[in-house]
Amino acid sequence: MSDYLLLRHRQHPEIDTLEGYLKLGGFKTFKKIVDGKDPAGVIEEVKKSGLRGRGGAGFPTGVKWSFLPNDITPHYVVANADESEPGTFKDREIMEKNPFQFLEGLMIACFAVKASLGYVYLRGEFWQVAGNLEECINKLRKQGILGKDLFGSSFALDLHTHLGAGAYICGEESALLESMEGRLGQPRLRPPYPAVFGLFGKPTVINNVETLTNVPLIVEKGAEWYRKYGTEKSPGIKIFSLSGNVNKPGNYELPLGTTFQELIFTHGGGLKPGRKAKAILPGGASSIVIKATPKALDTPMDYESVAGLGSALGSASVIVVDDSVSMLWVTKKIIHFFQHESCGKCTPCREGTYWMDQILHHTKNNKLSIQDLELIRSVAEQIRNKCLCPLGEFSIMALVSSMEQFPEDFRS
Amino acid sequence: MTDFLKMHHSEIKRILAKYPNGQERSAVMPLLHLVQAEKGYISRHDIDAIAGVLNITSTEVVSIIGFYTLYHSEKEKACYRIQVCTDLACALQGADQFLAELCKKVGIMPGETTPDGLITIEEVTCLAGCDRAPLFQVQGDGTIRYHENQTPENAAGLINQLRINARKGGE
Amino acid sequence: MPKQISLIIDNQPIKSLENTMIVDAAKRAGIDIPVFCYHPKMKSVGMCRLCLVEIGRPVIDRATGMPVCEQDGSPKIGFGTKLETACTTPVSEGMVVRTTSEKASAARKEILEFLLTSHPLDCPICDKGGECPLQNLTMRYGPAKSRFRLDDKKHLAKNVPLGELIYLDRERCIQCGRCVRFQSEVAGDPVIGFDQRGRSTQIITCSEPGFDSIFSGNTTDICPVGALTSADFRFGARPWELKSRESLCTHCPVGCNISIDIRREAKSDGEVVVKRILPRQNEAVNGIWICDKGRFGHHFADPHNRIPRPLVRKSNKLTPVSLETALDMIAKRLRRKGTRLVTLVGGRLSNEDLFNLKQLTQKAHGRAYLYGNMVGGELTCQVGLGLDTSLEDLKAGNVILVIASDLHEEAPLYWLRVKQAAERGATLIVLNGRETRLDNFATHVIHYRYGEEIHAITSILKGNDPVARTIKKAQGLVIFAGGDGLGPQTSGAVMSSAAQLLVSTGLAGKPGSGLVAVWKSANTQGAWEMGYQIPGNLDKTIRNADALIIAGADPLGDFPDLMDAFQSVKFLAVLELSMTPTVDLADVVIPVAAFTERSGSFTSAERRVQVFKPAVNPRLGVLPDHVLAAKLGKRLGIQLFENTPEIFTEIGKAHTVFKDMTYGSLSRFTDQWPVVGDRSKYFSGTVTANGLGVGARLPLTSSAKKIFIKSGTPLKYSSRKLWAVPISRLYDCGNTIRYSQLLEKRMIQYEVRLHPNTAAALGIQAGAVVLSLGKHNQPVACILEETVPEGFVLIPRSAGIPIYKISEAKLIMASGENQNMKDG
Repeated sequence: MSDYLLLRHRQHPEIDTLEGYLKLGGFKTFKKIVDGKDPAGVIEEVKKSGLRGRGGAGFPTGVKWSFLPNDITPHYVVANADESEPGTFKDREIMEKNPFQFLEGLMIACFAVKASLGYVYLRGEFWQVAGNLEECINKLRKQGILGKDLFGSSFALDLHTHLGAGAYICGEESALLESMEGRLGQPRLRPPYPAVFGLFGKPTVINNVETLTNVPLIVEKGAEWYRKYGTEKSPGIKIFSLSGNVNKPGNYELPLGTTFQELIFTHGGGLKPGRKAKAILPGGASSIVIKATPKALDTPMDYESVAGLGSALGSASVIVVDDSVSMLWVTKKIIHFFQHESCGKCTPCREGTYWMDQILHHTKNNKLSIQDLELIRSVAEQIRNKCLCPLGEFSIMALVSSMEQFPEDFRS
Repeated sequence: MTDFLKMHHSEIKRILAKYPNGQERSAVMPLLHLVQAEKGYISRHDIDAIAGVLNITSTEVVSIIGFYTLYHSEKEKACYRIQVCTDLACALQGADQFLAELCKKVGIMPGETTPDGLITIEEVTCLAGCDRAPLFQVQGDGTIRYHENQTPENAAGLINQLRINARKGGE
Repeated sequence: MPKQISLIIDNQPIKSLENTMIVDAAKRAGIDIPVFCYHPKMKSVGMCRLCLVEIGRPVIDRATGMPVCEQDGSPKIGFGTKLETACTTPVSEGMVVRTTSEKASAARKEILEFLLTSHPLDCPICDKGGECPLQNLTMRYGPAKSRFRLDDKKHLAKNVPLGELIYLDRERCIQCGRCVRFQSEVAGDPVIGFDQRGRSTQIITCSEPGFDSIFSGNTTDICPVGALTSADFRFGARPWELKSRESLCTHCPVGCNISIDIRREAKSDGEVVVKRILPRQNEAVNGIWICDKGRFGHHFADPHNRIPRPLVRKSNKLTPVSLETALDMIAKRLRRKGTRLVTLVGGRLSNEDLFNLKQLTQKAHGRAYLYGNMVGGELTCQVGLGLDTSLEDLKAGNVILVIASDLHEEAPLYWLRVKQAAERGATLIVLNGRETRLDNFATHVIHYRYGEEIHAITSILKGNDPVARTIKKAQGLVIFAGGDGLGPQTSGAVMSSAAQLLVSTGLAGKPGSGLVAVWKSANTQGAWEMGYQIPGNLDKTIRNADALIIAGADPLGDFPDLMDAFQSVKFLAVLELSMTPTVDLADVVIPVAAFTERSGSFTSAERRVQVFKPAVNPRLGVLPDHVLAAKLGKRLGIQLFENTPEIFTEIGKAHTVFKDMTYGSLSRFTDQWPVVGDRSKYFSGTVTANGLGVGARLPLTSSAKKIFIKSGTPLKYSSRKLWAVPISRLYDCGNTIRYSQLLEKRMIQYEVRLHPNTAAALGIQAGAVVLSLGKHNQPVACILEETVPEGFVLIPRSAGIPIYKISEAKLIMASGENQNMKDG
């Protein structure tokens, strides 16, 4: 990659100040579209770009924006900065180091869906990040880039941050809305979907931070330009958060379609001396585990190709496990995570994650007895397809796929 | 009016103004953060005050406190909470061993508080710092601060400094 | 008009209205889809996942938009890969649902297994055993063995008092959320909630007192396990030992339908005793709910709280005698020439008691009065709720006006009904002298100054403000008029103003319209229907009586300042359940049967006549009031019936409004929704089915053309004076409440309330004060509350503080000397 598009601070560290961002052409796009008075046109451009949600679901962003009904108002946009998926730390870097591009993306989204209020929901641990964003927003207000009658138009826009308080489930969009409304962060029944009945019961768009950070460039340079990156079905660039048993863990901005091999070895510095890659979890704890065969390593990291491996790219939080690690141990960590984060609303997730966690505590010499293996497999299958929200469904993925592909790590 | 309302009158107003009319309930989370930033925990008194401001019941406020891990309503573990991530990505980079050694140095088990009531060490789930493991966050002094790329030595040193600061503050 | 949808459930073709959830459509067709979190009276949440079923929908060709057909022409049905919850999925045209397929059955079994992993094996010691949905559904659909390691089970607190009325067992709770949602959605009191998350989710309460809601007992009905139990019934009996008897609550004029569960037990010497009260379904009155006063406030009828035998005053002591002796004594007195007989009846007596006592009194040349604090009952006969008006049908377009009534305290199920009507879109207008719990649901709230009620009511129609416009546009107008801050005279003025409002808007007698008087007692309406009136001056009426018979009332207990008047009465006979201050002064005391021990009928404030039947036998020789009146009558040559259905027929002969009613016609009932009863305990809770009938409304007597407004004496308001205002509280100190020790903490004591500013102006603080009302001084507790209007002090009725109407009052701090002052 020659020029950074999202992690631009790595080339222009001053981009984290308003002056710095303005100097680099910041907010010109926002002003242009406000002047242009064509929100539908903005939605069209984003649709054409093929930008897909970067939070994990990969839903086409422009299509999501077009779902909001015009006859119900007001509209809202909420940026999902709840980044809590283990192995994910990309949104944090964006908000810390390139906040204004993210905010401009949020503001363009607000204009496109005709929202006058935008919120950033941050996880509670991002206390300082939130403070920083608040200061950025204040600067924008002072500069007249946020407020009433922007640039002489009739469009008014304001942004606010809202801090969570330590609940992974609040990254799920309907639970996020419940949390923002001052209730327990438990997912809602769908339908109705947030596009029709969202924040405060009004049509709402919820987008991931990274998704929104792409928006100013797409609107400025056009859908065609954006599609030059990535693949046909997965266009654009992605920030891959690489962690685990690699020498250079970190965020890597690469076009979608880059292979695992390139990410892990060319950019990520490979593994420790003498160690081989054993398994890849492409979507953090919610992954379907990929056995690190040469074929797998050569697979391009885009939504379709990873799905072709029987897994899913998700948020591209790539955790690498080397051959010194037992997959049973990995599974234990993951199940414990889901058990801790289960909101408790629905029976299978609440009872099932606790049950699986308990079973995994009964290992002998780091292995499970045959009865417990059978039992945990049965419990996982019992959870499948019964839960109220994706958390419960994802909780079993790593376990089931690890047991299938690394049985020797589990069987005593 | 309670002390809480009097002291933070303008801040409370600013927080309520972030949400549309009729949606005051949304302010429960920022108000809880506001109160906790001051004392390190949320007392029954504060719970009732917040319930009064937002026109909801104290039970509803306590419900919110209980759901989220960062809100605390017990006074005992009030001072500094050292929250170490031992989730998968950090653990692959040695977070479990880091925690064990840190606990040994400080002299308590995970989940316990030092006898002087100043330091509690807790295991937490992913903090979004997986590329800088081992790491922990410190909840205290009205804020949450990350400390990344840690060794047991500099972590213990940091904790020691916190204790010295706390004791100085108490004098 | 909602559309009719055709669908198939378990191969059964079913027709259902659109927007119906599959679980309800199935239930109506007799197909049980088990549920835990779902309850037909609350919004669906789809949490427990027990109702997962297979759902197939007609396949539509994406290209043409046309339905795809099978070879034989029938629509192709595509089943989803995932099961869906029946409680959150509405029916749709052509839908095919399979609830008993292998997939659905397996899912059900698995969810039950999940729930049982954390559930303790408490059945042998759990109250719910025998009426437990979890037990029943596990037996039917669940696994026989547990695969969960016993040692991994979480151990949690088992006897947690959520307040003193309801106990929680944390191990048994299956986190269905019904209790939390009931409190939030139905009762409007979110005083219980979830704490923590995941497997650690538990129920908590933070109110003071705990679980501070007058509807808390209903959560024990709808809890599908033994997690929530009532302190009143805990460890009392096994459900299968109980027999259920249908009856009516007698505490307030709503007339909630209840069931009395009884058991013959050794520890009561082989007697059949009352073990608990449950709601009985009557969708026209109380739905499936009752308030805690009705549920827990039945101990006044317990045998050990009652007067066991007739008593006669001998050497100034009340001495037990036989019933014959007692009745003879009264008869002897009444036979004396020129005896001015006055009978004073209480509103808790049944229609039959009231009728016989009135007949007896009139035929003995005496005067019969109703003991009460409100007048205007005759107006309700003219402009009350018509036969085609029901509270559950009120919605957008209807207006409900609540005047001078704190419904939450005075008639909880009316409060609930009005709140629900407002939530359905009815316009609620509240007029009161102070803030009450209905204000939150009201479209318009008018707080008048106490004493200026009439002005407030008559101004409603004047002008062009939103309230006036609302009423003028109303398609129906229901008015609830109470006695908050009113005395007899002013309540009459309020009632007649309210009646006039109905007449002048042309809505009197129309559907969705009518005047409801929020009386103090269960059958005050019945008394008014039979022509009873309250005495103009109670003190004078008592003094003017040579012989005074009091039945079902405790005037001296309520108004200690009547002592003088009572002591001047030459002969006092009291028919009562238990010892009261009035009983203490009597010359003859005859114990009467409680509502649990006899049959009869009550007329509720919405003019619905309902029948109740006995649950237990009274002690030997203890008879109902109407039988005693007949026996007394016999001694005086007055012929009266002793049998309630026969008396009821006589009532119909004497009062035309009752003429088309019989016990038979009152016992008719229809199918009600939701389905309740044994098979449906998992669905609706332990509310009992109604086999005794839903009662029937009395017809309106005449169409009123113009109501004469009795203007009360206007209050000469002066801000320099302190005005004492009478109000009613739910848990007062009356003799039907004070025996329920469980409710002790919530009962009012000798207490008054005022605004902190008023207190400051008077130089007093919260705590012990001395209240002066006229010549009467009384030590009371003073409580400061910001909802009390300034310049006024609220005095609760039936708390032993004599307040008849708004009066001047004085308050001073209690000191050592004045602590024990009474009448000065």
